[in-house]
Amino acid sequence: MSAAPPTDLVPVTIDGQEIAVPKGTNVIEAARRVGVDVPFYCYHPKLSVVGNCRMCLVELGQPAVDPATKAPVMDPVTGRQRINWIPRPQIGCATSVTPGLHVRTQTPQIKACREGVMEFLLINHPLDCPICDQAGECKLQEQATGYGRGYSRFIEQKNVKPKRTQLGPRVMLDDERCILCSRCIRFCKEIAKDDVLGFTDRGSYSTLTCYPGRQLTNNYSLNTVDLCPVGALTSTDFRFKMRVWFLKQTPGIDPESSAGANTVVWSREGVIYRITPRENDAVNDAWMADSGRELYKQVRAPGRLAGVRVAGTPATLDAAVARAGELFRAAAGRVAVVGSGRSSVEEQWLTRRLAEALQAPAYLVSRVGEGDGLLVSADRNPNVRGALVTGLLRALPAQRLDELAAAIDAGRVTTVVSVGEDLAAAGLTPAQLAKVQVVHLGTAESPTSQAAAVLLPALTVFEKAGCFVNQQFRLQRFQRAVPGPAGTHDDLESLARLIGAAGGAAAPADLAGVWCELAAAVPALAGRTFTSVPDLGLPLDPAPFAGLPFVEGPGLHFTPARA
Amino acid sequence: MPAPAERRIIFKHIDEPGYTPDLACYLRHGGYAILRKALAMAPAAIIDEVKKSGLRGRGGAGFGCGLKWSLVDRKSGKPIYLVVNADESEPGTFKDRYIIHQDPHQLLEGIMVSSWANNVRQAYIYIRGEFPHGARILEKAIAEARAANLVGPNVLGSGYSCEIYVHRGAGAYICGEETGLIESLEGKRPYPRIKPPYFPAVLGLYQCPTIVNNVETLCHVKHIVDVGGEEFAKIGTPGNTGTRVLCVSGHVRRPGYFEFEVGRITLGQLLHEVCGGPLPGRTFKAIIPGGSSAKVLRWGETFTLKNKDGSTRTLAVEDIPMDFDTLAACGTMGGSGGVIVMDDSVNMVEALANINAFYAHESCGQCTPCREGSLWMKKITTRMVHGQARAEDGALLLGVADQIAGRTICAFGEACSWPTQSFLAKFGDEFRAYPGTKATPRPESVPLA
Repeated sequence: MSAAPPTDLVPVTIDGQEIAVPKGTNVIEAARRVGVDVPFYCYHPKLSVVGNCRMCLVELGQPAVDPATKAPVMDPVTGRQRINWIPRPQIGCATSVTPGLHVRTQTPQIKACREGVMEFLLINHPLDCPICDQAGECKLQEQATGYGRGYSRFIEQKNVKPKRTQLGPRVMLDDERCILCSRCIRFCKEIAKDDVLGFTDRGSYSTLTCYPGRQLTNNYSLNTVDLCPVGALTSTDFRFKMRVWFLKQTPGIDPESSAGANTVVWSREGVIYRITPRENDAVNDAWMADSGRELYKQVRAPGRLAGVRVAGTPATLDAAVARAGELFRAAAGRVAVVGSGRSSVEEQWLTRRLAEALQAPAYLVSRVGEGDGLLVSADRNPNVRGALVTGLLRALPAQRLDELAAAIDAGRVTTVVSVGEDLAAAGLTPAQLAKVQVVHLGTAESPTSQAAAVLLPALTVFEKAGCFVNQQFRLQRFQRAVPGPAGTHDDLESLARLIGAAGGAAAPADLAGVWCELAAAVPALAGRTFTSVPDLGLPLDPAPFAGLPFVEGPGLHFTPARA
Repeated sequence: MPAPAERRIIFKHIDEPGYTPDLACYLRHGGYAILRKALAMAPAAIIDEVKKSGLRGRGGAGFGCGLKWSLVDRKSGKPIYLVVNADESEPGTFKDRYIIHQDPHQLLEGIMVSSWANNVRQAYIYIRGEFPHGARILEKAIAEARAANLVGPNVLGSGYSCEIYVHRGAGAYICGEETGLIESLEGKRPYPRIKPPYFPAVLGLYQCPTIVNNVETLCHVKHIVDVGGEEFAKIGTPGNTGTRVLCVSGHVRRPGYFEFEVGRITLGQLLHEVCGGPLPGRTFKAIIPGGSSAKVLRWGETFTLKNKDGSTRTLAVEDIPMDFDTLAACGTMGGSGGVIVMDDSVNMVEALANINAFYAHESCGQCTPCREGSLWMKKITTRMVHGQARAEDGALLLGVADQIAGRTICAFGEACSWPTQSFLAKFGDEFRAYPGTKATPRPESVPLA
């Protein structure tokens, strides 16, 4: 039995299927809900509607009523209310549903419309898919297959336009491939607030270009590449590096700030080729910053740590852990732990366990920059809130490790465990660094790794799985995209071994085990497992931390709580 | 000199010896008396008179002026704008320019009367870029009228204020489309807006309710207020009231502009009696009756039309009255009043190549079918007239045109495809037998399916 739809739902009929959709839904989205595919190029749910591609033409109709009596007009043949169909096809993207709206997408007229638009889009488009970088993720390819005629009637010369226009440092334009959908223009204007793109010339000679003297330099420019339905806009970093159908997609989280944009990490045979946004309407819509897309380069950067060292010489993990145990015992009561806002929730939990086993104070390194009001927040650590949730921290971290420096100077601390942080960059002087024994988990060479008594090479965010808690207190999961280089060790394993060396109770060395502890110890995560974290994140209750002076300003889908 | 069959209202003083475009001359001829009369009337009463007059827009679509005004959103609290469409760009049309050049104050008076009727405080005259002289004349006329307190603050002491501004286009046919015009007026590319939701009467200039009227239409409003709506409706024929200016160009002995009561002259009378018939030794072949976008008529064809009582009648092309409804019933339109005449010296493939070149050049490029289709049609007809015609090109042209009409954002889609559709429908033989035609189609153009 069916309940009466709530008042904000509108009943519509699409290709004979009846469905109630929220008021304001357009025909494309309504059709999607009943599994009817309405093809389009220019429409994008997150941008304004312009209706220029004409691919989403559908037939619309309304049930007929007698103008005088308002009584339904019945069809004597079918016995149902007659539908008054609008003779001209209408665009689905700009049509909001109205009660009783009827939509037809499979009529001969609509088939002809789609074939016509496909033919028009292809006559001046280079048909050289084998050498086009967009092949495999090209809407023209897909929809030509689905809705085109399969042959061409065009024998004239194609238009000639610029083939390699560098629109900005990261975006390349092939104007001949452009289908003039204007998504990139609208994105720059409406989302990036950097109105630099436009068309010159007119008709079929229309050409996408930057305004005179301007460049597409904003930190969101690569979203235009994602938005481009064809091969017109390509990333200078990625173009012609790899065919997209060879690439494996792994869900990730942008670690550059506490905004926590959802990402897809594209890799093949252990090598990452690009990072693109993953749609999450509660966090980043369909966007991410350019700066977050280059971070994968740290995976294979020069200076990547890939071997355990004890006092600067290569060693086994067992030897390193044993040496760390000696250092902990020698410095009992004079050990400090420096955790990281870049560590995952799971690592922060084990860091807390380590600090407790050592009865050592835990510090965190703060990173604060300027927020851009969109998807790069002022807090450049992705997971400071994770440290609060796991209890590693009780207050927000200070800008520098001055307290630790003073303790070292006073001789109260002689051994420091640094989980992923370069202590020199965090404010310790070379002299202070020289005064202490350092046990360091790190991914790249730094003054701290050089000085470390025990060095455990760790994994980058792309080589491990875990969770971050973003500025909205949304717990978000990332998965391992590629394996770490030979010689590295999983951070959870290293931390669990260090806890053992510190004399603590046996600690789990894998995600499932850590989550058993988290679910038991952290009320907000009670009953949860790593695999049960929803793909689009799990909102946590921010109330316990409401009084803390978080640094983030307003951003996309984020309004800071101000006292 | 006006032809005997003419009835000149709008063009009363055009080409009149001694008549000058300055204010003094206009006042000597009784100018602005109707503005005084209008200011003494209630605005709603003027709208009523316009409705009663049955006036239909003279820009091309023939939409009822009173109906257009009645659709304006008057409850939004936003200002209402009047935009005068002086972007007279339709090939074959040259009527508004004579009003602007020779009788600009008639237009200004029409604007002021219409503004008062619709509570408009700012009116814009959007004049095409190719009319620099007309723009200067209008600027001067506005300055004169303003100095005489006929435009501007507190018009004639009535307490009503309205400014008129001239805005020059940059030379694009699409700016004659009302929403493209509005975009251009806002300083953007003249991409026509999607309707819905951007109907000018609700979301027009600066997202405010806006009336866009043609120059000739607004001049008529002045005369409606003068004689009253009912009296005006007696001019012309029922449903096709008033007079309208027809511009005849092409192969007639005396081309030019003429003003007739709508529907009181037939195409044959116009061409033979008014315009002197075909050039010596020639015969008429084809007529485009309403600007280049209108579908072509073949001289000698007949139409079977339905009467109101359900019976049918046969109408020869030369007996078509030049009104809105009969031309529409004959499958074409009165359009902008530009009558283009072609005689037997014209090859229809070459004529269409000319028209296609125009539309390919003027397509704004916003939406796919028009952008790509108009240039494709041009490329085909250009190739044909350069000796590369193929037997199947006619069918291909028609196929392309059919993929444009009815599927675009604005009426340009129809404007650019109707010529091709009608040329092929009525002169298809010429396309199939055009010199240079190859007997067999090229293999790559044969459908695989």
